[in-house]
Amino acid sequence: MSDVVIVDYGAGNTRSVRAAITHVGKSSDVSADPAAIVAAPYVVLPGVGSARSAMVHLNETGAAGALRERFQRGGAILGICLGMQLALASSEEDGGVRCLGLLEGKVVRLVADRVPRLGWAMVDPWGDAYYFAHSFVADAPDEVATSDGLTVAVERGSFLGVQFHPEKSGDAGLNFLGQCLSLV
Amino acid sequence: MPLPRLIPCLDVANGRVVKGVSFVGLRDVGDPVELATFYSAGGADELVFLDIAATPDDTQTMTSVVAEVADVLEIPFTVGGGVRSVADASRIIEAGADRVSLNSAALADPSLIGAIAQRYGSQAVVVAIDAGDGVVHTHGGRVATATPTLQWAVEAAERGAGEILLTSIRQDGQRTGFDLELTAAVRGSISIPVIASGGAGSAQHVADALRVADAALVASIVHENPAGLPGLRREIESLGVHLRPLKERI
Repeated sequence: MSDVVIVDYGAGNTRSVRAAITHVGKSSDVSADPAAIVAAPYVVLPGVGSARSAMVHLNETGAAGALRERFQRGGAILGICLGMQLALASSEEDGGVRCLGLLEGKVVRLVADRVPRLGWAMVDPWGDAYYFAHSFVADAPDEVATSDGLTVAVERGSFLGVQFHPEKSGDAGLNFLGQCLSLV
Repeated sequence: MPLPRLIPCLDVANGRVVKGVSFVGLRDVGDPVELATFYSAGGADELVFLDIAATPDDTQTMTSVVAEVADVLEIPFTVGGGVRSVADASRIIEAGADRVSLNSAALADPSLIGAIAQRYGSQAVVVAIDAGDGVVHTHGGRVATATPTLQWAVEAAERGAGEILLTSIRQDGQRTGFDLELTAAVRGSISIPVIASGGAGSAQHVADALRVADAALVASIVHENPAGLPGLRREIESLGVHLRPLKERI
């Protein structure tokens, strides 16, 4: 069994996440198989595509139920970008989407000087710059880090979600991923 | 606000970096993968690959280059040139690019912007505008259209573009500084970010551009001396523009 299962929800590019996981010395598979998602040492819910199509795929394949079961059993899950947003109760994207509901809170349209919010930004209190590319943002109680005052990381139980892309954040991102996967 | 970005642009044809890169420290200056890795290590915030051949054969080659780059690069990259349909965009994005850049194809069929944004999100769609004398140009800047630059930028943003890559034809290749007035006018008319392009000849030019734009595209200034990228960053910072802090791998 690989160290990490990257959850496949049919939206294309999981290549960069795989490459980054390889880079920090761990093996990975891309899969939507519910049994694999429940049993894997570590699960990454990546961030590509839109909320609605992601949830449709996750529900159809049974991956949504598997992620809930895994979370209840205390299995580690890292959500990246849309993958973090999907863990909340709902999203305003695509006219309103019911999400996984692992954590409380919702995803709202980002109000900022420039949207999409693109580029590297400092994350507090972690003290590093990471790469962001988003038009929606979490409004959630389990906030553990912010950037420009926005909630960019949430954590509850065995779920950690980040709005930025660690796989696109150079050495800072690799350090972050390495730390997440250090116990695997 | 995210930090201003410094973005080297690589012209690629038939799988090779084609112009202006000179550096003895690289094994193969024509290899896009090696050069991309080198620029990433030197502190590039992002990269743009422009497929300047974009013939049917070349398109396949470019797709493999994108996949190879995606396997080694841990910073975002955009691919432009030869993206004329949603299928082209899918091919490039699914091979591992973060974003595609549309130019004349978007002018010919503006609905392409929305169609790609719908599928991959606005952040995945860059609209490149070659601007001169107040109007948009095509064919690498040689042919003027009747479309006013600001009007096209506003329409591209409304249709779902996530960023504008704005090249001043007058300044491009001149190395006398960016067209700051044009950049500020375009950025002021829209609420999506803008990459300034054309005219970088010194750190001062780039710093000036980063005060009016969200990012600056650089080509010959880095290709002439790829090893000078960290120095260029330091010089830009000494002029009071804060770039992202570079991190050591633990």
